[in-house]
Amino acid sequence: MSDTNYKPTSAFGRWFDERLPLLTLFNGHLMQYPTPKNLNYWWTFGGILTFCLVTQIITGIVLAMHYTAHADLAFSSVEHIMRDVNYGWLIRYIHANGASMFFLAVYIHIFRALFYGSYKSPREVIWILGILIYLLMMAAAFMGYVLPWGQMSFWGATVITNLFSAIPLVGESITQWLWGGFSVDNPTLTRFFSLHYLIPFLILGLVILHIWALHVPGNNNPVGIDLKKDGSDTVPFHPYIVIKDLFALVIFMIVFAGFVFYAPNILGHSDNYIQADPLVTPAHIVPEWYLLPFYAILRSVPDKLGGVILMFSAILILAALPWLDTSKVRSAVFRPIYKQFFWILVIDVLVLGYIGAMPAEGMYVAIGRVATVYYFAHFLIILPILGFTEKTKPIPASIADPIFTGSGNPAFAKKIDKDLQ
Amino acid sequence: MKLLFSIFVSILISFNSFAAGEAEKPMKVDWSFNGFFGKFDRAQLQRGYQVYKEVCASCHSMKYLSYRNLGETGGPEFSDAEVKAIAAGFTVKDGPNEDGEMFERAGLPKDKFISPYPNEKAARAVNGGAYPPDMSVLVKARSGGANYIYSILMGYENPPSNMKIEEGVYYNKYMAGNKIRMSAPLSDGSVEYSDGTKATVSQMSQDVTAFLTWAAEPHLEKRKRIGFKTILYLLIFSVLIFFSMKKIWSRVESKV
Repeated sequence: MSDTNYKPTSAFGRWFDERLPLLTLFNGHLMQYPTPKNLNYWWTFGGILTFCLVTQIITGIVLAMHYTAHADLAFSSVEHIMRDVNYGWLIRYIHANGASMFFLAVYIHIFRALFYGSYKSPREVIWILGILIYLLMMAAAFMGYVLPWGQMSFWGATVITNLFSAIPLVGESITQWLWGGFSVDNPTLTRFFSLHYLIPFLILGLVILHIWALHVPGNNNPVGIDLKKDGSDTVPFHPYIVIKDLFALVIFMIVFAGFVFYAPNILGHSDNYIQADPLVTPAHIVPEWYLLPFYAILRSVPDKLGGVILMFSAILILAALPWLDTSKVRSAVFRPIYKQFFWILVIDVLVLGYIGAMPAEGMYVAIGRVATVYYFAHFLIILPILGFTEKTKPIPASIADPIFTGSGNPAFAKKIDKDLQ
Repeated sequence: MKLLFSIFVSILISFNSFAAGEAEKPMKVDWSFNGFFGKFDRAQLQRGYQVYKEVCASCHSMKYLSYRNLGETGGPEFSDAEVKAIAAGFTVKDGPNEDGEMFERAGLPKDKFISPYPNEKAARAVNGGAYPPDMSVLVKARSGGANYIYSILMGYENPPSNMKIEEGVYYNKYMAGNKIRMSAPLSDGSVEYSDGTKATVSQMSQDVTAFLTWAAEPHLEKRKRIGFKTILYLLIFSVLIFFSMKKIWSRVESKV
């Protein structure tokens, strides 16, 4: 990584680099950076997420040039963007669907880390920075959804800000402070707009730290073992990983374009094309799809404060994951029992998402409660115990020369090989 | 396990549809603007505008549209002269002039569609407390979109004998709760089409729904056209990158 022999080829490059070694920095981190050569496509989502962030920032800056943050004007200014601004419809649809794509990518990224144990020592700080990014993403997405000032904007904002009123003693004051008044109104909209503009740049800063922290120990990999010191397990980031990330990114962009051009409103709620009306409550207030699992957890508790605590715990518990997972083996490829629990967790989160979209009544509440309990049990009971009881498969000595290719059991070797692809 | 999950989900979904099975699911119409290459039918949009103007506009506003939009590409594409004539048919309050007086003048293409009521309270006062929603983005503001709007227009029936309907409320089988505050707006021959199309309720409902779809999404045609080109470009690009990647990775002993 730290290729100290690097010298820019041009004379100006050398002159500049001696004064500010930006070129050395780029060369070390974007060109020479040694990357495990066995990374699969689940590892391309880091690059995809960077693309998503940049796309959101650029489209967002352009939208802000045409948007009016005022309770009486916001809705019509969005219609102005959709109708009269040149390609305004395209920019807005990219921005609105881009948020969904961002979350799609981040969920794959997070579950990839869960499957391959990327959060384990020595990568705990990368993981925690990632959780912080995820939290800020949720805040940014929530506030962004409020800005068009449609019915779901208004009532979503009302439901979420009201959560803070559950805090004992100071809850009421905090909620009024957040609103800037006695209900969600113009002051709420203008501050959400301000914060919605700020947060992406905080995310950008954290992303830089996230990558910096990643480049200290280097990438985890599908086998989950430390790389050999001689560099035979790695390839330089450029061109190998760059071209592979680019290929995955273009495939991702095809899916993205499919939504933007052919189903731009399918991920949104139709009620958000009705201007906010404080006197008319929608039949069902639902958040955007990417927040549904947490919404289900919130509603699975009959007590408001309890629900709020549980919902935030569901996210914060992830930060403790490096210490809750007691297994020394990183990759689920060598953890047959954990692998099954991993997929059960995936299903559990999907079920929570489904329950979050349904009205909180009857059977849905019961299923939501079971799924919530299981979610916490996964992290608080299953993972700590599994680390001690699970019989893991033999781990190869290196990724370049895995022991199982020459082992006496070709069927087993083949299966492991398949898992790693 | 995945099979189990999908069975589980489908049970949940069917359970849900039973619970909310009051209003019928909207009819499916094979709209000209559906699909990857969907386009509006100009003549249909022009007829739809006529239905809007002669029927809907007496109660429903369309405040985000301007008369000039009627002549823009991808819409009804009335000629410039027709757009001017349409706009001139409305009276617009303008001003203040140099004497500080408000005055009335004939409409111009730049003007927004004139609303039937000066404000929401006036609209409610005339309509028995109900507020006819603005129609600019109505198609996008209803789940089911164009199919739903068309179904509502077609969904007026005599209420089932066991159902009690209050004064000023009408039975509609596609409306949530089966009750709607708008009386059936269309009957055969409500408008007279200049192109000779027979003005049946179904025909007028389709025409006006197509018009409202365009109004809610005026750049739909352009969006689908650019989308096709974009995705084609990305597909070709992805093939090129794929083979470049294969070539680059052939230098190392590893799979991509």
